[in-house]
Amino acid sequence: MSSRFRASVLAFAMAALTLGACDREEHHDRAKPLGETVPAGQSPDTIWPGGSSPSPLDPRAKLYDNNAPAIAEGQQLFSQMNCVGCHSHGGGGMGPALMDDEWRYGGRIDQIAASIAEGRPNGMPAWKTKLTSDQIWKLAAYVRSLSGLPSKDAVSSRSEGMSSGTPQTLVSHGNIKNSDTAEQ
Amino acid sequence: MRRVHTALLTIIAVVGCAGLQACKKSEPASTTAPIQTAPLPNGAHAIPAAAASPADDGNWVMPGKDYAGTRYSALNQITPANVSKLALSFTFSTATTKGYEAPPLVVNGTMYLITPYPNLLYALDLTKPGAPTKWVFKPKPLAASQGVACCDVVNRGAVYDAGKIFFNTLDGQTFAVDANTGQQVWSTQLGDIQKGETITMAPLVAGGKVLVGDSGGEMGVRGWIAALDEGSGKLAWRAFNTGPDKDVLIGPRFKPFYPMDQGKDLGVKTWPPDAWKIGGGTVWGWLSYDPETKLIYYGVGNPGPWNPDQRPGANKWTTGVFARDINTGEAVWYYQTTPHDLFDHDDINEIILADIPWGNGRRPVMFRPARAGFFYVQDRRTGQVLSAAPYGFVNAYKGVDLKTGEIIPNDDKNPKQGRVTRDICPAAPGLKDWNPSAFSPQTGLVYIPHNNLCMDFGAMEANYIAGTPYVGADVKMYAGPGGNRGAFTAWDPLNRRKVWEIKEDLPVWSPALATAGGLVFYGTMDGWFKAVDARTGKLLWQFKAGSGIIGQPISYRGPDGRQYIAVVAGVGGWAGAVVVGKMDTRDPTGALGFANAVKDLPMKTTAGGMLYVFTLPR
Repeated sequence: MSSRFRASVLAFAMAALTLGACDREEHHDRAKPLGETVPAGQSPDTIWPGGSSPSPLDPRAKLYDNNAPAIAEGQQLFSQMNCVGCHSHGGGGMGPALMDDEWRYGGRIDQIAASIAEGRPNGMPAWKTKLTSDQIWKLAAYVRSLSGLPSKDAVSSRSEGMSSGTPQTLVSHGNIKNSDTAEQ
Repeated sequence: MRRVHTALLTIIAVVGCAGLQACKKSEPASTTAPIQTAPLPNGAHAIPAAAASPADDGNWVMPGKDYAGTRYSALNQITPANVSKLALSFTFSTATTKGYEAPPLVVNGTMYLITPYPNLLYALDLTKPGAPTKWVFKPKPLAASQGVACCDVVNRGAVYDAGKIFFNTLDGQTFAVDANTGQQVWSTQLGDIQKGETITMAPLVAGGKVLVGDSGGEMGVRGWIAALDEGSGKLAWRAFNTGPDKDVLIGPRFKPFYPMDQGKDLGVKTWPPDAWKIGGGTVWGWLSYDPETKLIYYGVGNPGPWNPDQRPGANKWTTGVFARDINTGEAVWYYQTTPHDLFDHDDINEIILADIPWGNGRRPVMFRPARAGFFYVQDRRTGQVLSAAPYGFVNAYKGVDLKTGEIIPNDDKNPKQGRVTRDICPAAPGLKDWNPSAFSPQTGLVYIPHNNLCMDFGAMEANYIAGTPYVGADVKMYAGPGGNRGAFTAWDPLNRRKVWEIKEDLPVWSPALATAGGLVFYGTMDGWFKAVDARTGKLLWQFKAGSGIIGQPISYRGPDGRQYIAVVAGVGGWAGAVVVGKMDTRDPTGALGFANAVKDLPMKTTAGGMLYVFTLPR
């Protein structure tokens, strides 16, 4: 099979997939990146008593945050480790939504990595004995990318694996305003 | 090349849309006008199984009202003539904001409420003005259990028997609490959240046993039902719904009616090697009990994972109905509604025990409005299917073969790993999910609260990691033909026909209540609590609650001798997870695909937990 033919078959398949949904979905370009809700180096949801300072950003952050290969590998792990079963493709389900701008335990990449590693009391499993630190940080980079926090050019425009809908980066906002867009 | 593509795509688009009304954006149908599609049956009709439905004493002691699961109150003060005057008597906040699926219980002047996680048990004194709290029992289930509950952290009810209240907690325990003092009598740990097991069902208490099953069909658990001794909480027996016959308690008494369910160790042989160990088959719905034959009846949940290509075979004993001896747990018969389930069509819905006219006498049967979309009438002694008719729009199956008992699949809708199968009706929650129907012996009709949803289903390989989801599917749901996402249907089980139907914009996720006053009550996900005429479906009264209603309404006689109607509002469950889980609806696959079907729900209701009690003014 020539690569040209493969490409056209693929294009055809993707177009068919899209069209088969008729007019239930509207397609837009990727939603505009959301504002930085968690300024780098700060943890807005924690009180530092007596005027002490927040812990500095983990130096590993700059290796993973906004790093396209790390985000792509994190996206694969997100499916393989069944994160998708609870958080869906960012919209949430058994677990909270990850594509909005609410962070229960902090949205800084080291805070996200800590949530994945240690687990959280309302049902988030602790992954530190199942995954390596490198894998956890890649997952954290991907999770952060779901919320639109990293710069646009680092995020893959295609979702890994299969989705029955359009990639979440292309899905319209529907009829209701989401909390993360209402104020912008 | 491009031209060819364009032409082909046009054809695909046209075919894809023309064949399916669901593609069109249609206006939500009127939510009140009933459609009279058939005259009322005359003469003989079905009645509840006598031994399983004793005379109404004005209490409400178990979710189904009685062992027959009628959800029918013999109280008749509130009628179509006076229901317009029905007024609020008192309210009570449950201090929870998750989906509230349980009924209140009423026992001799005390009301009991069991909440979703953290499973608080309240006792309210109905003999005093405003029904003040007598006590509250806090079982303190493990918080981590919330992380392995597939579809909100619901609880489907408590049960009263012989001075005790029995209920289950999300983290897999069964409790017995003294109904007068609120003190714990015993507790027994049955489920293990590390394996993904939770318990959300209401127990059935009968014959000195407390019957309990597990949830976790989306987590790769191995489903079971257990019987505890009512006095001590000690395990009397436990039967698994997959695996070798000895584990399933299949022995010499087991006589399945149809050849498809006959054979040795089918709970192993109908699976790939070892897949039965993580194959689901949970018991999170409703049990019925026939005191005459000492048999319990219950339906079994879906096989796991959802991706059917990972489990070739019939996947016994999932998605079917078991009859078991209550004392020993021995299986007596089984009927598999959907062998090798393709669509998460759990068979856990309510089973109503009735006796129908048959020849010159009556035949003991069960009514089952099943998730797959067919209303089954089955002989409850043998499991033989007497009739199976669709009570709404179904294209995932072509019918049920009454000779072999087998459902006839529609191969066009067979999901395959690595591709998306579209326009499957009903969707994963079925034409009807867990929320039970009511059966009125006055009309002989079954009142079915249900869905009208279709779905796209993308199957992919699932990876088993204990304590995490084991699904392997991306699902996206949407309204079925007509555009209404729910319906409330009065069904004539003998003539296999719809008598009237109320189309509802949102999925109907609340159970139903029928009363001897000639009324039927149910709630909507946007918070309307409705009373309709049992004979015509005409809307006679409605009340807007503070949150969507998915709870079981009940009717009881108060200490003052008056008839009361009670319901707890509190949106949630699988259908309402989009609200209580604060989900982001830009992802259509959220909440296992339900988010896409109810994107508008967060604008129509908010989370809450509030009891509403109504009565007629003096």
